[in-house]
Amino acid sequence: MTSLLVIIVLVLLAVALWQLTKIFDLTQVGASSDDSQVASDNDNNIQGYVMFGFLAFIYIFTIYGLLKWGGLALHTPASEHGLLVDNLMNITWVLIFLVQFITQGLLYWFSFKNRGNKDKKALFFADSNKLEAIWSIIPSVVLACLILYGLYAWNNIMFVDKDEDVIEIELYAQQFKWTARYAGQDNVLGKANVRLIEGVNTLGVDMSDPNAQDDIVVSELHIPKGKKVHFKMRSQDVLHSAYFPHFRAQMNCVPGMVTEFAFVPTYTTAEYRELPFMVEKVANINKLRAEKSIELVAKGGTALDPYTFDYLLLCNKICGASHYNMQMKVVVDTPEDYKKWLSEKTTLAQDIKAAKAAEKPAEGAAPTTDTAAKVIDTVKTVVDTVKAAVAKVAMK
Amino acid sequence: MSAEAHGHDHGHDHEHEHHHKDTFITKYIFSIDHKMIAKQYLITGIVMGVIGIAMSLLFRMQLAWPEESFKIFNVLLGDKFAPDGVMANDIYLALVTIHGTIMVFFVLTAGLSGTFSNLLIPLQIGARDMASGFMNMISYWLFFLSAVVMLCSLFVEAGPASAGWTIYPPLSALPQAIPGSGTGMTLWLVSMAIFIASSLMGSLNYIVTVLNLRTKGMSMTRLPLTIWTFFVTAIIGVISFPVLLSAALLLIFDRSFGTSFFLSDIYIAGEVLHYQGGSPVLFEHLFWFLGHPEVYIVILPAMGLVSEIMATNARKPIFGYRAMIMSVLAIAFLSTIVWGHHMFISGMNPFLGSVFTFTTLLIAIPSAVKAFNWITTLWKGNLQFNPAMLFSIGMVSTFITGGLTGIILGDSTLDINVHDTYFVIAHFHLVMGISALYGMFAGIYHWFPKMYGKMLNKNLGYIHFWVTAVCAYGVFFPMHFIGLAGLPRRYYTNTNFPLFDDLQNVNVLITTFALVGGAFQLVFLYNFFSSIFYGKKAVQNPWRSTTLEWTTPVEHIHGNWPGEIPHVYRWPYDYSNPNHDVDFVPQNVPMKEGEEVLHH
Repeated sequence: MTSLLVIIVLVLLAVALWQLTKIFDLTQVGASSDDSQVASDNDNNIQGYVMFGFLAFIYIFTIYGLLKWGGLALHTPASEHGLLVDNLMNITWVLIFLVQFITQGLLYWFSFKNRGNKDKKALFFADSNKLEAIWSIIPSVVLACLILYGLYAWNNIMFVDKDEDVIEIELYAQQFKWTARYAGQDNVLGKANVRLIEGVNTLGVDMSDPNAQDDIVVSELHIPKGKKVHFKMRSQDVLHSAYFPHFRAQMNCVPGMVTEFAFVPTYTTAEYRELPFMVEKVANINKLRAEKSIELVAKGGTALDPYTFDYLLLCNKICGASHYNMQMKVVVDTPEDYKKWLSEKTTLAQDIKAAKAAEKPAEGAAPTTDTAAKVIDTVKTVVDTVKAAVAKVAMK
Repeated sequence: MSAEAHGHDHGHDHEHEHHHKDTFITKYIFSIDHKMIAKQYLITGIVMGVIGIAMSLLFRMQLAWPEESFKIFNVLLGDKFAPDGVMANDIYLALVTIHGTIMVFFVLTAGLSGTFSNLLIPLQIGARDMASGFMNMISYWLFFLSAVVMLCSLFVEAGPASAGWTIYPPLSALPQAIPGSGTGMTLWLVSMAIFIASSLMGSLNYIVTVLNLRTKGMSMTRLPLTIWTFFVTAIIGVISFPVLLSAALLLIFDRSFGTSFFLSDIYIAGEVLHYQGGSPVLFEHLFWFLGHPEVYIVILPAMGLVSEIMATNARKPIFGYRAMIMSVLAIAFLSTIVWGHHMFISGMNPFLGSVFTFTTLLIAIPSAVKAFNWITTLWKGNLQFNPAMLFSIGMVSTFITGGLTGIILGDSTLDINVHDTYFVIAHFHLVMGISALYGMFAGIYHWFPKMYGKMLNKNLGYIHFWVTAVCAYGVFFPMHFIGLAGLPRRYYTNTNFPLFDDLQNVNVLITTFALVGGAFQLVFLYNFFSSIFYGKKAVQNPWRSTTLEWTTPVEHIHGNWPGEIPHVYRWPYDYSNPNHDVDFVPQNVPMKEGEEVLHH
């Protein structure tokens, strides 16, 4: 409804403007000739000033934008290589703003300064090899520096040494959820293929592979601070992209191949929540959510939960209708908490065994309490995942 | 030499007679006259543009006011895709997909290149028509057919293609993955295959015409920059479009005949599919081998138009004519070896990423040369602010603003974190979307008198430009920030991420600017269509330009010139030449005795 109103208002506005130009045309009736639609000196003058005004608009809008929305941009990187990325980013930004400021300034200033009139004759200035050389060489040198820095950073980020001490984790993408598989004691992921998907073995892990016996499958990603995590990514259906904005990390997940990305987290979730910019950001978000809640409650809806920051893994490659809701919570623990969390998880082999046992409850009298707890756990995980996939972020 | 070679060169009387044989059908529908074909391209392009822009306004409304009910959604999208006026998530993806496809291919490739290459190549090089008028006609009608097929795909039951305009498989290959990948996708591929055939025929015609039919004295270094850019654009098109055709064909094989070019190891909807050994990354390579040159196919003609209009309205030669040609050639060459920068994080070898970073940032150099040359052209000019001139200056402005952020996206290291976010949307809309659109508008305002023999209303033109200029920055400048906040593109809504709640106000602002900017395009449409019928009659050379098209009569005739084709004696940019009293010397004016050439 509002949109209809907006559109009507706009149409009326357009009509009004059209009428105005008609009136403007009428005032020029005397001067009407075949070139009345060619810019006159008067037009040149007015448009020249508007050009200058537009330059002011660009500058002011840029400054306004930086002040008002600059804080929205991702802040402190939460990974080791993120510092390198952000450093290069900042250098590039300085360069961009400098060039933007100068070139837009020249463009609109010349437009204003040289607005035409009948008595003027333009300067015949056809070429200058010196000038061409200047603006070929300067960009070349500057870009060469940027490329060198960029390639240095890129090689540091993308190549993992074979003998490096890393934690191997598989990220598994499917429409529209993420699953993670930990390599277990041996730190080697078992082989897998979608043709082996069966029952609780939703990742198609090859259970005949000895390396797969201690693999652990979970729906919430925990990683330890200060240790290099080497992600191996797979997808079972379409392209997905594993995007960790806070860690400056992203890699596509491609069906039929394994892709990889590695980074070292540098802040635990708890530490990152305490960073001043994050405290401010969360307060602001909660203020907005509170306002929205009042609106919702007035309409008879339910209020929104207050927000607490968590790292997220998003899908950043269009993957289907619910692409906009494919996410996984990422928790960075201290190494001790991480070890504890992981030790509490059951291996995939155990899960499969439990599921098989649960399939034949008729055989024995009642399943052992141990298995029952296991089943409840599994059901819980499933419910949790479904919840996450259907609605708002699960808060803990 | 070329004039003699051409069939229509028989003087005025015969020409006149020939003119009268036209029936309505041969004149307005199956015309082989390049000027009429240009107008057909333009009108088709404008119709597609209205549809494409309207779609963007719809999904912008959804982004600003997510899942709110708008009656207009229900009216336009129907009960299936907008029950109770709330846009469904699958039609959202279809809208962004078709918006991209229409704007990139149907408006900014065919609408822009098709219109101005057809109109200007014969007129500016001094030819009676295209090398093959018949092939030119077929090219237009295939384009028309492809547009019809694309529009038909909007009405299939499961919805149109919705895998993004880049149609990456497996999403685009499997109807199980997204409903739009059924009949909708089939029609999309058929439409594109026809489009490519049309584009190739057009391009070959442009190349042959430029090479063979130049009038006496029109050497390659006397060609206006418009012709240079159209010529180079056609060459890039001939090199890259066939690759998209093969990608489309292989995708059709995968979809319909069970081959595995792009698909492997897929488990979907509870079953394992038989595909094995294919790779989606291969498709990405093939797609972007066209896809990246495509952005230059879009922007180069706009650059040519802007160069020409700027020189005319600055009453000054374009600065660095030869450097402009060299930079067009350099851009064209580099454009074919940078496609990998769309794929830094696709899973391809990181070393390849390094190579593509290098070539990508190289392309900034000829681009910078062009920008500085345009700015220098304005320096000490006598600027005539016709609407076309405003759009040309606007084009340089958005090209710089959008181009600069390319330094971030072209750098593989920085791309990691902004890849596929709204930062990318902001970048490419400014650098090739808005810039090319400005180039197209500039061309329309400038050559409207040549096309229709009437003048557009300049005051409406001024309003159109200034509101569009403010809105274009209003839409795309704030978009950089939500991209830097990490918001992925192609999200139906971001309400499922409290993390992004603080971006919502920005989204509302962007949509408001988009709606206002979109509404003001109606000013242009009104101006355009009413001026065709009621506009002031144009004089032969309203902008006092030097190029040959302004030596033809206002009324269109077959063969363009009533008598002999004029010969060319000088370069196209003799504005304010100190050897002459008038501030422009047309190309067909012989050199005065002892007159020196004042440029390189």
